[in-house]
Amino acid sequence: MSTGEAHKPPPYMLVWLGLFLLTMAEVGYAFITAIPKLWLAIGLIVMAFYKAWLVAVYYMHLKWEPKRLWLMVSVPIPLIMILIFVVLNEIF
Amino acid sequence: MTTQAMTAGRAPMPGMKVYNLKLGMWIFLLSEVMFFTGLIGSYVILRFAHPEQFAEPGVVLNVPLTAFNTFLLICSSVTMVKAYAAIQQGDQQGLKNWLLATIVIGASFVGVQVYEYIALAAEGFVPIAEAYHAVGRHMPHDGPVIGGQLYGSTFYTMTGFHGTHVSIGVLCLCFTYWRAAKGEYSADNLGGVEIMGLYWHFVDLVWIILFTIVYLI
Repeated sequence: MSTGEAHKPPPYMLVWLGLFLLTMAEVGYAFITAIPKLWLAIGLIVMAFYKAWLVAVYYMHLKWEPKRLWLMVSVPIPLIMILIFVVLNEIF
Repeated sequence: MTTQAMTAGRAPMPGMKVYNLKLGMWIFLLSEVMFFTGLIGSYVILRFAHPEQFAEPGVVLNVPLTAFNTFLLICSSVTMVKAYAAIQQGDQQGLKNWLLATIVIGASFVGVQVYEYIALAAEGFVPIAEAYHAVGRHMPHDGPVIGGQLYGSTFYTMTGFHGTHVSIGVLCLCFTYWRAAKGEYSADNLGGVEIMGLYWHFVDLVWIILFTIVYLI
């Protein structure tokens, strides 16, 4: 976007539909008692991160940004992983 | 990048290939990622360490109401990108209409959250409660008693900080709308709208994660 390069109009409404359906699926999935708690949590986290990825890529236009910005945006990921590892280490 | 865009302060930095304002917003958002990660990390460790103080999903918190609120925030993201798309086409009226829709929906999100807080507080679920009798959504006055202050304090801290971000976003949107009403944006000068959009989508993104972790797991 920043470089002014022309590209196809992003599928904003399709992404909105995807986000809506995933939210409905999440709420329904969260209350299925037959699934073990761990798998329930993993499924919900996967759906949540996929929704977050859709927002970042299409609504925040990361898809059309330079690779260097992608690199910069990915900087907190190892820090987050360290934090998660420390938290898990504390729990187990 | 057109000459007009260059003169409107959107000249890309040689290193990052994005203009300064956008780069600054991205750096700010990355610091916000770490901020919210710290909050979520604290919540997870406290919840695992003291499971007796936390209730199952839907017992204390009103999941259907918050799912509706999540839907509202997702809709506001669409109206925000529509505002950006409109000004990309030079559509001034479209920009104003979509910005106004974003303001209304964003303010509605905050309103629903305030309503939720009032309802929870009326049921006794406050941050400083020593022990909270979880009345339950489907079993009024017959829910389990959960002790301690961790559930309330972590819940209100996380959702409160996010709500504050949304409220600040609504105020910034009002400022953006005021500038749009004065005709200060155009297809070659839309940096302010794009920056506003980045912030707004970020608060949507954070809510998507918070909703799952706080309300559903």
